[in-house]
Amino acid sequence: MFRRIDDAVRPAGITIWFEGQSLHAQAGDSLAAALLIHDAGAFRTTPVSGAPRAPYCLMGVCFDCLVEVDGVPNRQACMIEVRDGMQVRRQHGPAGVADDG
Amino acid sequence: MDSADVAIIGAGPAGLAAAETLAAAGASVVLLDEQQMPGGQIYRGIEAVQALRRQTLSLLGSDYAAGATLAKALRNAPVDYQPGSMVWDVSRDLVIHYSREGRSQGLHARHLLIASGALERPVPIPGWTLPGVMTVGALQILLKSDGLVPRVPLVLAGSGPLLLLLAVQLLKAGAPPAAIVETVPRRAYRSAARHVPRALQGWRSLMKGRRWIRTLTHAGVPWYRGCTNLRVEGADRATGLAFHHAGRTETIAADVIGLHQGVVPNVQLTRLLDCEHVWDASQRCFRPRLDDWLATTVDGVSVAGDGGGIFGAVAAEWQGRLAGLNIAHRLDRLPSAERDRQAAPMRAALARERTVRPLLDTLYQPPPDVLRPADEVVVCRCEEVSAGRIREAVRLGCSGPNQAKSFLRCGMGPCQGRICGLPVAEIIAETRGVDLDDVGYYRIRPPLKPLPLMELAGLAADNDPAQ
Ligand SMILES: Cc1cc2nc3c(=O)[nH]c(=O)nc-3n(C[C@H](O)[C@@H](O)[C@H](O)COP(=O)(O)OP(=O)(O)OC[C@H]3O[C@@H](n4cnc5c(N)ncnc54)[C@H](O)[C@@H]3O)c2cc1C
Ligand code: FES
Repeated sequence: MFRRIDDAVRPAGITIWFEGQSLHAQAGDSLAAALLIHDAGAFRTTPVSGAPRAPYCLMGVCFDCLVEVDGVPNRQACMIEVRDGMQVRRQHGPAGVADDG
Repeated sequence: MDSADVAIIGAGPAGLAAAETLAAAGASVVLLDEQQMPGGQIYRGIEAVQALRRQTLSLLGSDYAAGATLAKALRNAPVDYQPGSMVWDVSRDLVIHYSREGRSQGLHARHLLIASGALERPVPIPGWTLPGVMTVGALQILLKSDGLVPRVPLVLAGSGPLLLLLAVQLLKAGAPPAAIVETVPRRAYRSAARHVPRALQGWRSLMKGRRWIRTLTHAGVPWYRGCTNLRVEGADRATGLAFHHAGRTETIAADVIGLHQGVVPNVQLTRLLDCEHVWDASQRCFRPRLDDWLATTVDGVSVAGDGGGIFGAVAAEWQGRLAGLNIAHRLDRLPSAERDRQAAPMRAALARERTVRPLLDTLYQPPPDVLRPADEVVVCRCEEVSAGRIREAVRLGCSGPNQAKSFLRCGMGPCQGRICGLPVAEIIAETRGVDLDDVGYYRIRPPLKPLPLMELAGLAADNDPAQ
């Protein structure tokens, strides 16, 4: 859905994995941006109705970009940078909130 | 636990200006921000864009480039700047907990300055939860941080200066929107007209707005004015936007839809501290009550920038300096006469910045069906609670947002009500027929964002004297 502007300097290319598929990204990209370039579709499904969601705010507010990164769930894709070899999966079901106390 | 004279949360114009002022006065300053780079929302990514991405720098415009001065001042000042730090708890004895690189740590400060800025007002319209629907700010973030523009048809819908600014920026990037669907009602122009004389004192902002409108009109970007009843079409992703215009229903096909209805103060931290808040009827939002020096009702806690009410980036910077002067004074690093002398021209500059607000606030007042959406519209995105269910709960006796939480779980999801807080309060006030001040807001509890339990356990171990 998105493309890069042709800026003169290009940072190093790296590879990330989304649902087992390799995707090209650039160092410094947010994970959300890297997935949006490749039309990754839904980032997560909701715990209540299973509806598909993708980034809405890109500034850490809405939590609709939650994915599982390297086995850790509830990561905000818009708040983390890509790393070479990163393993990313869609998040299904509830976001665990550590506020039960 | 680490300690500092002053902790500043937020490295946007307000926080950066305050850090510079306080460091110059000799105070020890820790500056925390969740982002990896300084600049806040307006100057997001400024250092990287300036260093590496010349084309992006020129299309973002001179207001954006101005942020480089603040970023440079930060790098030259003795400030303990800790990027990538998400503050998740603050207590009234000014102990701050934040998460950085997967580890949580504590900090004790003698003074706290909250400069956490604004959030985009949620735009709950039918279909707004579909993939492909984003805020205008989100689209601008992709442009600033990642150099991305849409390569599929895009519609920008809603109202406000930021919407027009992004349209101009995308046009310059060679990716103009397929259409602008503006919701400003015709009568708003008439009510706004009386604020024009005052706004002329801040003529620079007015000229800027005129220039944007001219640029977009010249480029032939289709512009629908006075639109109502916006609805995103699509089953599992957005495929278009439908709306009423000039007595007809129009639909424009689009894969990306950018929504905007202005920005509102981010009150998560001031609510967490239980600072007193007031309802601002002209900006239709809550804001913390502040005195002349931007101090809250909680001792030792001040707020600078758009987090205390929306006045824009230039005002945010002046407020940062003003709050900084007063905190320096309270730390016995600046005599009151000197503080007042330095503050006088800042207050004058702030007053100038404010002259354009009544015009903007009147013209770009969000439409009633965005403030209080129709029954079928999802209001709480996390728990998928519709406006109709909130109205039903009110009729069953639910009197405020905190009760709505226990009735319906709205506001209980990971976003902690950042998105649904205002519409839920508006819907309850309307249904009960009472003022927003009587309805209030969600009680905010730590952690401000979900934390892995592992991280909390790590913090407990760090604080255990036996270890
Ligand atoms: C998405 C967006 C885009 C905008 N773009 C423009 C623009 O192009 N031009 C314009 O004139 N105005 C823009 N604005 C309006 C904006 O409010 C500016 O007026 C200006 O950025 C406000 O400055 P500030 O210092 O008050 O806060 P901000 O610049 O918003 O900075 C606040 C900082 O606080 C940090 N923060 C918040 N909470 C926490 C926490 N719990 N822990 C750690 N850090 C935290 C954030 O990461 C952020 O960097 C935009 C607003 C938004 C929301
Ligand atoms: S897109 Fe909203 S939190 Fe990431």
